[in-house]
Amino acid sequence: MNYAFVFYILGWVLILEGAFMSLPCITSIIYQEKSGIWFLLVALVSALAGFLLIRKKPKNSQFFAKEGFAVVGLSWILMSLVGALPFTLSKEIPNYVDAVFETASGFTTTGASILADVEALSHTALLWRSFTHWIGGMGVFVFLLAVLPMVGGYNMHLMRAESPGPSVGKLVPKVKESAKILYMIYFSMTVAEMVLLIIARMPVFDAICISFGTAGTGGFGIRGDSCASYNAVCQWIITIFMALFGINFNFYFFILRKKFKDAFSIEEVRWYVALILMSTALITFNTWRYHEGFEEALRTAAFQVSSIITTTGFGTTDFNLWPSFSKTLLLILMLTGACAGSTGGGLKISRFIIWWKSIKNELEVFVHPRSVKAVEMDGKTIERDTVKAVSVYMVVFLLVYIISVLFLSLDKFDLVTNFTAVLATINNIGPGLGEVGPCGAYTNLSYFSKIVLIFDMLAGRLELYPILLLLTPGVWKKH
Amino acid sequence: MKIIIVGCGKVGLTLIKQLSAEKHDITVIDLRNDAVSEATNSYDCMGIVGNGASYSVQKEADIDNTDLLIAVTGNDELNLLCCLIAKKAGNTATIARVRNPVYSEEISYIKEELGLSMVINPEFASAQEIARILRFPSADKIDAFAHGRVEILNFVITETSPLKGMTLIDVSKKYKCEVLICAVERGDDAFIPNGPFILRENDRVSFVAAPRYAREFFEKIGVDTHQVKNTMIVGGGMIAYYLATLLRGQGINVKIIDSDRKRCEELSELLPKACIINGDATNKDILTEEGIESCDSFVALTGIDEANIFLAMYARNVSKAKKIITKINRISFDDMISSFQAGSVIAPKNITSDYILQQVRLMQNTIGSNVETLYKLVDGKVEALEFSIKEQSPVVGIPLMELKLKRNLLIACINRGGVIITPNGQSTIQIGDTVIVVTTQKGLDDIKDILE
Repeated sequence: MNYAFVFYILGWVLILEGAFMSLPCITSIIYQEKSGIWFLLVALVSALAGFLLIRKKPKNSQFFAKEGFAVVGLSWILMSLVGALPFTLSKEIPNYVDAVFETASGFTTTGASILADVEALSHTALLWRSFTHWIGGMGVFVFLLAVLPMVGGYNMHLMRAESPGPSVGKLVPKVKESAKILYMIYFSMTVAEMVLLIIARMPVFDAICISFGTAGTGGFGIRGDSCASYNAVCQWIITIFMALFGINFNFYFFILRKKFKDAFSIEEVRWYVALILMSTALITFNTWRYHEGFEEALRTAAFQVSSIITTTGFGTTDFNLWPSFSKTLLLILMLTGACAGSTGGGLKISRFIIWWKSIKNELEVFVHPRSVKAVEMDGKTIERDTVKAVSVYMVVFLLVYIISVLFLSLDKFDLVTNFTAVLATINNIGPGLGEVGPCGAYTNLSYFSKIVLIFDMLAGRLELYPILLLLTPGVWKKH
Repeated sequence: MKIIIVGCGKVGLTLIKQLSAEKHDITVIDLRNDAVSEATNSYDCMGIVGNGASYSVQKEADIDNTDLLIAVTGNDELNLLCCLIAKKAGNTATIARVRNPVYSEEISYIKEELGLSMVINPEFASAQEIARILRFPSADKIDAFAHGRVEILNFVITETSPLKGMTLIDVSKKYKCEVLICAVERGDDAFIPNGPFILRENDRVSFVAAPRYAREFFEKIGVDTHQVKNTMIVGGGMIAYYLATLLRGQGINVKIIDSDRKRCEELSELLPKACIINGDATNKDILTEEGIESCDSFVALTGIDEANIFLAMYARNVSKAKKIITKINRISFDDMISSFQAGSVIAPKNITSDYILQQVRLMQNTIGSNVETLYKLVDGKVEALEFSIKEQSPVVGIPLMELKLKRNLLIACINRGGVIITPNGQSTIQIGDTVIVVTTQKGLDDIKDILE
């Protein structure tokens, strides 16, 4: 492990976090809130510490996949720890573990909250909370790579460690350019949503926060009832944008390059859209009698489906009260998650496609013992290594999942709560079922359970390995 | 520039390394998944697994917006096909590696008819390089500028050299030659020396001079300048064939030793005037029998790097050869190998990539004053660039001493209409000149870049 270089990169991360905190500072000036002082203080200290770390660029710039994964894992932990400080210092979330939970939930775009009463928070804190979604959605390193003059082969290790999906590629030959394009798409779509929401008469502050939450597929609402009290048009806008942010960003890149045929033939995107439409239809019919009229039933179903499949976690209704079939359907969508290469979490649809196809091939072997068949997607053969990695990922995921549920069972809640709490955090969704459902919160969990869930959120956002690698002694050896 | 490289072998990787360091947008295409992932993991480039000659693969690599396609797979026909399709699909400039001698003899026709920008034959290029060194055995490496009017030569200061312990000012006072010492390699470091710089034993000195002045300088400092009369080549591959042809053309006697009977017979047909020996050169007796002790120069060109190093070291010990040359294909421990005293080291992959890089730089600067030629000295730590000054720029007309030049940069030579000027503080650069700049700064594109 090249410590000098790891610290150098952590320095940049701290500076960046300091810079990001200027946004809540501005908010506090607009709303004349005192808590802004603490944000300013933490921002300055963080930036200062960062500048101390980057003062000298280390000579030894040897940087391998190992360092890439470790530094990304460490950075996300560091960001959550630093990002939580203003909450505790300003006494808005007095307990530091709670504050870290809230911040980690923000950065990892989970949207699980320990706050029983969201509306008690100041505007400054609310904005920071939602803004962490926006930062975490596309990723800090993708941002760093886009703006920093970093050259060398190592930057791909960083991007790969942070970007979700079974195989991470670039849009254009240079990492820097790829990162820029991604952020450009991300930024313009966010602004588009804000403008549309404001036109649909949502208050400006709400529009900004909700757009941040949608773009990162996070899910922190700023009202007690999440999105239920916004008007129907706003809900439709949010529904559509949630779905849009769950699409593989390659799709938008192809559209930008006017390669429409390529864009619409991405298998993952087709499945994703089909899944949304199908689930929405089924849930609409299943929950018909709970609503007044078809439009409301459809809107509510579409909103929850889109919110759950993209792992956003906004809500307009308490689906705890829905019939079992609809709840189970949502649970399945919680598992699949959004597309790879989007801001959404979960296991990713492309992984399911690869699993599905390799299962089919395995079955084929029983029929034709000598059959040879490669797994293909988008007309391209998936490398054997990738197929293997995807299968291993499922096993690792299950392992982490089961151990977390076991830890959580030490707490006082029922099985459904425990199972869905872990699922909702590890897949970065937010609300689960039972106690942690859309109308509940993670308030009453023990500190131990909260720490386990913080770990799950970070592990889930970074697709397990960067965080798990930090627990491997071999990584810390000097070389 | 947007560049597609087809073929991710030794040359491909060397090219990716250098071109990505110069901030080009690189997409690499290869059939082998692991080769592509090695490239994308180590360098900032995009990889595509597929056949580079396929139209749809080229489309995927965005051939329409690409400036240059370089085909360096192991297969000549595939390389040519890649270039042909790229030319038709995206009207792209193309460079192909073609190594089959049957094609190389018709290379200008192929280049013309297929519309290629450049065709490179690594074996022929290597043979040319070796031939150039054998012509001037005192120097390790020679690079030519200004159409051969100026050369950069490279030699090591031995224990007995009169230059040992002298400053550069003393050197120019004492010998009064039109030569300029422009780079010194000491251990792992490269220096662009100034006047008070003191030369030491084992320094590898590069200097710029016109060929006849170089000879004069070598004579004055007591270095033998006669060209070799005969050479012994071990290994009868393609390079050996090209080299023998080139050397025979200069009247140098050639002896080739190869262990493969069939290859020897082929060579004897191709090279009726050369002496072809069928035998295992790793056998000491055969080397002695064929007169390794009395040969004038020795070239190790077998397909095995280790064997080449050993042969060269052995030749260094037993023969009085003026020049020993080792070919290294694969091994990348350059600094170690030079400490083995295995003579001049020739790496075909580096020669190939240097030639291509030169072409890329040329293409990049089609307007204004630009790079005409580029050589890498001292393991690539120092670059020598030739700029031609075509238009007004901030460096024109101002005495050199008044220009604020970058550190570690030297204006080595000015060529004014064929007259070679070794510049001093009062010299100026004029429009129409070509200027040779030696520097450790990388990526200079324009003459303006020499200023702070």
